[in-house]
Amino acid sequence: MASRTLYDKVWDAHVVHQEDDGTSLLYIDRHLIHEVTSPQAFEGLVLANRKPWRTDSVLAVPDHNIPTINRDKGITDPVAKLQLETLDKNCKAFGLTKFDMNDIRQGIVHIIGPEQGATLPGMTVVCGDSHTSTHGAFGALAYGIGTSEVEHVLATQCLIQKKMKNMLVNVEGQTGKGVTAKDIVLSIIAKLGTAGGTGYAIEFAGQAIRDLSMEGRMTVCNMAIEAGARAGMVAVDEKTIKYVKGRPYAPTKEQWQQASTAWLELTSDANAIFDATVVIDASTIEPQVTWGTSPEMVLPISAIVPSPDDETDTVKAQGIARALTYMGLKAGEAINNIKIDKVFIGSCTNSRIEDLREAAAIAQGHKIADNIMLAMVVPGSGLVKQQAEQEGLDKIFIDAGFEWREPGCSMCLAMNADRLEAGERCASTSNRNFEGRQGQGGRTHLVSPAMAAGAAIAGHFVDIREL
Amino acid sequence: MEQFTQHTGLILPLDRANVDTDAIIPKQYLKSIKRTGFGPTLFDDWRYVTVGEPGMDHSKRVLNSEFVLNQPEFVGASILLARKNFGCGSSREHAVWALVGYGFRVVIAPSFADIFFNNSFKSGLLPIVLDNEMVDFLFDKSLSGQGYSLTVNLEKQQIVLPSGDTFAFDVDHYRKYCLLNGLDDIALTLKHTDAIKAYEEQRKQEAPWLF
Repeated sequence: MASRTLYDKVWDAHVVHQEDDGTSLLYIDRHLIHEVTSPQAFEGLVLANRKPWRTDSVLAVPDHNIPTINRDKGITDPVAKLQLETLDKNCKAFGLTKFDMNDIRQGIVHIIGPEQGATLPGMTVVCGDSHTSTHGAFGALAYGIGTSEVEHVLATQCLIQKKMKNMLVNVEGQTGKGVTAKDIVLSIIAKLGTAGGTGYAIEFAGQAIRDLSMEGRMTVCNMAIEAGARAGMVAVDEKTIKYVKGRPYAPTKEQWQQASTAWLELTSDANAIFDATVVIDASTIEPQVTWGTSPEMVLPISAIVPSPDDETDTVKAQGIARALTYMGLKAGEAINNIKIDKVFIGSCTNSRIEDLREAAAIAQGHKIADNIMLAMVVPGSGLVKQQAEQEGLDKIFIDAGFEWREPGCSMCLAMNADRLEAGERCASTSNRNFEGRQGQGGRTHLVSPAMAAGAAIAGHFVDIREL
Repeated sequence: MEQFTQHTGLILPLDRANVDTDAIIPKQYLKSIKRTGFGPTLFDDWRYVTVGEPGMDHSKRVLNSEFVLNQPEFVGASILLARKNFGCGSSREHAVWALVGYGFRVVIAPSFADIFFNNSFKSGLLPIVLDNEMVDFLFDKSLSGQGYSLTVNLEKQQIVLPSGDTFAFDVDHYRKYCLLNGLDDIALTLKHTDAIKAYEEQRKQEAPWLF
């Protein structure tokens, strides 16, 4: 057989049927569901008198809409309440597994999939959420789908797809001190642009990626979509297998032996051909801060805010000018002088235990600056929260003046009460700095957990390498 | 699936790149459990002066007169023209429902984000990729002060200008077939039920841990 990429291998293993024009039926192993993008899919299923094809492939959890505070009081927003009750009703009606809001296993869908071992190497994983690319860290083919596709997968266990192209992003060498997975992926997005990965499945490779923990690899794959790629993947290695072992949904006994042996094949062959290759020298990556309203508008902490006058492409220059106005920034301003109002540590990008440890290490023994109106830490799941509390991280954060919240998507997209007011500036470990993303008129700067904690303490962005 | 054969309509020139789905339909409206009702809150943050919430009477809100959608010469537009990477970001299909709810049937851009592009076809919204030169031409025409209309013929894969000139666009064969006939793609997939079951049986042998 010809040399194949990791993506080729997982794709080939899941094709049920292929039309002459390449349109394929791709079998889906794991379907993750949350409250926001599923109600209309279930409604469609009921209207057409259809049933889920394979109920054991589904894992549902509420995450986008739920409060991160005072959960004992229930959901006060009636519109959100109805949506959460609808998820509950649909899961009960069709016999689907769902973790309730007060279950310790509840959390952000992309945190709990891997945490439960519901995400396994070589799987196809879908969810009505663009950050499903996260699960690619396990050598799975995982991507976000729309609600009509959620309905399609529920009804048929398949997705209608054409094969994407292969891109290799090779991050060679080692990163320096204070440079995290988030900084790696933001610098990849800076290089590719927000649409550079459109139409591709990206495989992240190279020493800097191999050196990352599984948590770090998830952070990188999570943001593949911010470079336009629906799927990001990392080849399986011993680290992957060690992470999966013993998790509730992971195989056991003979099946574990069989599976873990098969998973080690989930790497690109030595001579595999990629349609595009990008190489990045890890040693040149600095801690990153976004300054604009697209994840590609990102610079190292040592940089200054750019000017539209220096951009020759008119569409891009207009974009820069518009972003500067929205963000309330002036060209030439030093990034480490930008003062902030709020800090958000959380989201499916950066709310795993390693992220919280990283932030706590910076916050320990300090207090948040006087100009910080709110600094919040929102763990990715009940189990992450429990682990952090066992390690005493909650106390470090609380002593430093952070709020310690219940798990959920929270201020990453501000569907619940956690949001920015117009004009407020936030250092956020989330994934999108779009206009209004964290609240209408809110100004988001994407950073790593350590950089967010550093900014909370200083009141403005700082180079954490100098702390 | 909503059928699409031919459509004639006025262009709305939205001269921005990287229009994300958060901008197309802000998060607060995603709490709805319906597929309809999103038209009045399409481009909500740009369209209105004040913050909107679900359940409001949006017809009473103050419009942002600077936003192109609110300008009188574009009232009734049903073909949206934008710059590259339209529909990036969140997978929310509500973005498509909002565009369709407002009355759009076609979006033209030099490129689209994958998930949005895919979602569009499911609700009868036709996304058309044209090269930058053609997009520039259409921006020039539609921003010239008077309304500029096009006819989009899916069967012929042709766009007809007011001058009568025509030019071609690409569309995927399977998607064209579904759109032209308004087909339910779940029903089409279920025709392959035997193949899906056979795949599952084989896969249970090869990778039993997946079942």
